[in-house]
Amino acid sequence: MTFDVRLPIGLLFLVMGLLVAGAGLTGGPAVDRGGLNIDLIWGAGMAVFGAAMLLLAVVSR
Amino acid sequence: MKLGGVDWGVLGLYLVFVLGIGIVASRRAKSGSDFFLAGRSIPAWVAGLAFISANLGAQEVIGMGASGAKYGISTAHFYWIGAIPAMVFIGVFMMPFYYGSKVRSVPEYLRRRFDEKTRALNAVAFAIMTILSSGVSMYALAKLIQTLHVLDIPFERLGLPQAWIFHTAIGVSAVVVLVYIYLGGLRGAIYNEVLQFFLIVAGFAPLVWLGLKQVGGWPGLETTLGPSYTQAWHGMAHAATNRLGVDWFGLSMGLGFVLSFGYWCTDFLVVQRALAADSMTAARRTPLIAAGVKMFIPFIVILPGLIAIALTAAPDKAGATAHPTAAAGHVQQHDPGVIPIKIDAATGKPMLDAKGNPQLDYDLATPNLLLRYFPTGMLGVGLTALLASFMSGMAGNVTAFNTVFTYDIYQAYIRKDADDAHYLHVGRLATAFGIAASIAAAYVVGQFNNIQDFLQLTMAFVNAPVFATFLLGMFWKRTTGHGAFTGLAVGILTAAVHHGLTLPLDNIPGLKGGWITVVHTYPSEMAQNFWTAIWAWSACFVVTVAVSLVTKPSPEAQLAGLTYSLSPKISEAHGPWYGRPAVLGVVILAAVVVLNIIFR
Repeated sequence: MTFDVRLPIGLLFLVMGLLVAGAGLTGGPAVDRGGLNIDLIWGAGMAVFGAAMLLLAVVSR
Repeated sequence: MKLGGVDWGVLGLYLVFVLGIGIVASRRAKSGSDFFLAGRSIPAWVAGLAFISANLGAQEVIGMGASGAKYGISTAHFYWIGAIPAMVFIGVFMMPFYYGSKVRSVPEYLRRRFDEKTRALNAVAFAIMTILSSGVSMYALAKLIQTLHVLDIPFERLGLPQAWIFHTAIGVSAVVVLVYIYLGGLRGAIYNEVLQFFLIVAGFAPLVWLGLKQVGGWPGLETTLGPSYTQAWHGMAHAATNRLGVDWFGLSMGLGFVLSFGYWCTDFLVVQRALAADSMTAARRTPLIAAGVKMFIPFIVILPGLIAIALTAAPDKAGATAHPTAAAGHVQQHDPGVIPIKIDAATGKPMLDAKGNPQLDYDLATPNLLLRYFPTGMLGVGLTALLASFMSGMAGNVTAFNTVFTYDIYQAYIRKDADDAHYLHVGRLATAFGIAASIAAAYVVGQFNNIQDFLQLTMAFVNAPVFATFLLGMFWKRTTGHGAFTGLAVGILTAAVHHGLTLPLDNIPGLKGGWITVVHTYPSEMAQNFWTAIWAWSACFVVTVAVSLVTKPSPEAQLAGLTYSLSPKISEAHGPWYGRPAVLGVVILAAVVVLNIIFR
């Protein structure tokens, strides 16, 4: 079975995104940038991207 | 800088995954072909992203941000008339020869097309350049970690001297890159380069988003900075009326043709990624996929520089100024902004330009923007993106070095007839040697503050004429080995002589040129570089043709698959018409024309 590089990329982005989004949820005003909770928004985006990569890898396998 | 627990977690997670990929890839690095060319089994999209990522090192991420702050959106010429056309050319026209001839390296192509001496000249020059480049990446990473005070607090808590931070940064980056290449070979490097590409985008895209939000979007940048910063072709009719100090002909020929084609079409660092593709079709699509993505890279590496200069000063509301550094420097005295004044490490005083104005430290444009916008959490992602870019640059150089050293130096001149397992072992030792030599180079770079200029200069001398050699070799079967070698040598010599006879404005004779005597002054260093390349390429082309006409060509039977007229034409009848390399190439070039029109 060949190694699918989407697996580690998906897993890394999922875990990293959740970590960053978690910091956004608990960070309070310190993570606010111009009215945006950048940690929460970008962290969630990274986690969704990671989940999509994982799903793609599993489906194509 | 104070990193939170989440930041350290993100950085640690990245290092664990990078090493894990190296370990997984090691299970398939059982032969020379596996280790040096990933068993020619990499899908096109993976090879394409690795093709970009191997080039997204320190010079690109930090250097392009700095150039964006200094020259504005004109910096995108390095992509839109430089890299992209060259990547389309190699994908459509040159990959059939590289991949079809089954060569293991670019110098090996030169041996089969020409002769041993041409291969030796290219292989030795390339091996030295890759080690120096890798050392520069390593030095830049350690210097940045020191400058941003990333490790100050942990070192303080552990009671370690701050002076060790530089050595620790070099040691850790070297060990991580060594482990994943030593174990996984090119496959480990390519998989990690794809991961690093996504991390670089994830780390820099939000920086641009937040920055543009603060400055009022692109219209806000246009209002703050004026046309010379925000119009790529502004004042290009004459060198004196634009920030680059280059006229349109010097830019199009020197950068767009000679230097870009010389790098993207012949540099083994990037060509190696395409050679690892799993089929001829995938190999041809590799640079095309890379080009399709790379045309948008300016938006994440150059825009941070424009945003940083907009937040530092408003130096150009009135239009173009001949000396952007000085102009920005004047304003800098009143507004510290994002980009600090460059400080002389020896005296601790601000560094001044030729007119006595303080210089800005443009290299800190992107890192300082990152510190300004990212809270804990995103700061870890941003720093990981920086780390990923430096590591991909280092790894790209080391994998290219170990292949060229093993096949083009060791097998060619030291031990010709050993078995495959022996060369695999030598490849791993060459990896360790390459990393050790890179560390030594990093410390040499730190000792001599001009060595980076020297490296750039030498690369320009060597890279400029080489595309003429390949162009003639692939498309004119009459080109001979004697012609190629003589042309290359004369091209390099011409570059050196041209540099020795010319000088950029406001410079003193020495490393910047004029070391023979000054017969011509260029309006900028960039103009001098581009014209040096034009002269070197032209000399190489003319001499190669002249010498080839009076020397005996190789028998045609030896050139099958190596030159255009003696190679079987590739049938593109199978597969959809829109997937053909020529069609993809036209679409990519059309998209680049559109980008040039939008940002004209």
